[in-house]
Amino acid sequence: MSAASTGLAEAKKSEQPQTAEDILSVNNIEVIYDHVVLVLKGVSLNVPRGGIVALLGANGAGKTTTLKAISNLLQAERGEVTKGNIIFNDEQVQALSPNELVRRGCIQVMEGRHCFGHLSIEDNLLTGAYTRRDGAAAVKRDLEMVYDYFPRLRERRTSQAGYTSGGEQQMCAVGRALMSRPEMILLDEPSMGLAPQLVEEIFEIVKKLNKNEGVSFLLAEQNTNVALKYATYGYIMEAGRIVMDGEAAALRENEDVKEFYLGVGGEGRKSFRDVKHYKRRKRWLA
Amino acid sequence: MELLYNIFVDPFIQMYEAPDFLLQVLWEGLVSGVLYALIALGFVLIFKSSRIFNFAQGIMVVFAALTLVGLHENGVPAWLAVPITLGVMYVLAVGIERVVLRPLVGQPDIILFMATIGVTLFLIGFGEFIFGGENKVMITEALGIPTGALEFEPFGGFVLIEEKDLAAVIMAVLLVIALLAFLNRTSMGRAIRALGDDHQAALSVGISLSTIWVIVWFIAGVIALATGIVWGARAGVSFALEVIAYKALPVLMLGGLESVSGAIIGGLLIGLLEKLFEIYWGQPLLGGNTETWFAFILALFVLLFRPQGLFGERIIERV
Ligand SMILES: Nc1ncnc2c1ncn2[C@@H]1O[C@H](COP(=O)(O)OP(=O)(O)OP(=O)(O)O)[C@@H](O)[C@H]1O
Ligand SMILES: [Mg+2]
Repeated sequence: MSAASTGLAEAKKSEQPQTAEDILSVNNIEVIYDHVVLVLKGVSLNVPRGGIVALLGANGAGKTTTLKAISNLLQAERGEVTKGNIIFNDEQVQALSPNELVRRGCIQVMEGRHCFGHLSIEDNLLTGAYTRRDGAAAVKRDLEMVYDYFPRLRERRTSQAGYTSGGEQQMCAVGRALMSRPEMILLDEPSMGLAPQLVEEIFEIVKKLNKNEGVSFLLAEQNTNVALKYATYGYIMEAGRIVMDGEAAALRENEDVKEFYLGVGGEGRKSFRDVKHYKRRKRWLA
Repeated sequence: MELLYNIFVDPFIQMYEAPDFLLQVLWEGLVSGVLYALIALGFVLIFKSSRIFNFAQGIMVVFAALTLVGLHENGVPAWLAVPITLGVMYVLAVGIERVVLRPLVGQPDIILFMATIGVTLFLIGFGEFIFGGENKVMITEALGIPTGALEFEPFGGFVLIEEKDLAAVIMAVLLVIALLAFLNRTSMGRAIRALGDDHQAALSVGISLSTIWVIVWFIAGVIALATGIVWGARAGVSFALEVIAYKALPVLMLGGLESVSGAIIGGLLIGLLEKLFEIYWGQPLLGGNTETWFAFILALFVLLFRPQGLFGERIIERV
């Protein structure tokens, strides 16, 4: 309990300045869709180099929008960062195209897997190497590395991705991102629609990649439980704002987080805005 | 009774009795067929990578042919005029990407389609301004295309193959093979196939739309030049050459807008069937000239039963 309160106290305002160890920092960005729909209302977050940071929140909180603002996939959806800035590896990146960002080592794995259905698993993986210029031998080596992390993909290398299972597609999407030799992966809801055991499997691999390859992760998740188990730090979003952040361990112990995100009862998740009303209600923990 | 006989029996008896003539008809059909396949491929590549139906393909054929002939008229030797024309088509591709497509990214498909109509109108005006409106003659001999004819005598009969048709078939087949190799063996080709499957995901791995669009529009330009030379050698070079591109429409209806194999098989099928129909049914029963509409009727008929086209890519549905 004490750990939780200190963790939260020091992070009450989520606007820490960027430090040299941060690979990514998002500073107070605002995102507008179609020139009118204001979706992010001042979001700030930092990802330390070599860290795994979780971005948590319910449906429609703005997690995906935040990740797309960073990777700049927003453009294709007529979204726009209208305020604030995004710094990746000491460079302002909000004006860069996804292509330029991937070249610099930051790549997004989109929510809902998005494999290329008619391409084989191996072709899918190879598209990840599109931006690379370091030769076929290096790409081949990394392909083997991806197969070593995901042995199931090796078994299914010639299958059309559209006919593989949901878990295999998620692995394919992560493996494809790895093929670009990223320093940082923006991972959007890897657990979506997967059985609990598969979710653990995927997160274990994320952890291994983080440890062995030094890839930093920003992962958006609704599955707070798993995300906080693997992440070192977490941010909680609601309606386009960060409402809380702190060390993963502290968030896990925090009563409000337990109440609203870890224990999902029949009534679904509650909002932090309603904290006062629900504060004393006891709920079992997931 | 007589009519039924003429439709269902007599044509086949004729085919059987004069197999050499049947071969001749099939050959002619094949010549058109490979060209249709080639043009349809140009449409498919652009559609796969940008969801745009390229209305300008027809005028690009005219423009390429006019440029080639125009350069030659002004004293540029043919061996040089071809690469210069290719260069012009490349500049056109870059221009279309910069000026038309890039500013319209993310707009509804119909807007992009309208934009290609705009390109068409521009090329008509620009082409007439530079080259004038009168008909020209394709520089067949200067390009080194043989104009003789080969005779064969199968089944005791006789088949005539014009050398320029043979050259056209060889060139078209080589181009199709080159395109297939490009699509299936190169990283850029893989990226185009990926774009066809999932636009967003393709963007997310860093596939750059601008680069790919320039490439597919340049390929459309190369195809335009190739078909312009071949068709121009038969029919002369004028704005009427445009129609050759519209012959690709039924091919696309038949083969599906996104299917590479559909474009190839559909093109060959339509080339062959429309020729057979014209000779054995159209001329004796309908007074001829069926080639202008037969393919469309055939395609409509197929669409009634298979809305995705004969070879439309199977839509993979699973969650
Ligand atoms: N292309 C778009 N145009 C307009 N509004 C959008 C668009 N995409 C998302 N939104 C809106 O932005 C808000 C945040 O959506 P976002 O997808 O970022 O949420 P999320 O936290 O990822 O939710 P989920 O957990 O369901 O994936 C939602 O209210 C959504 O309706
Ligand atoms: Mg989302």
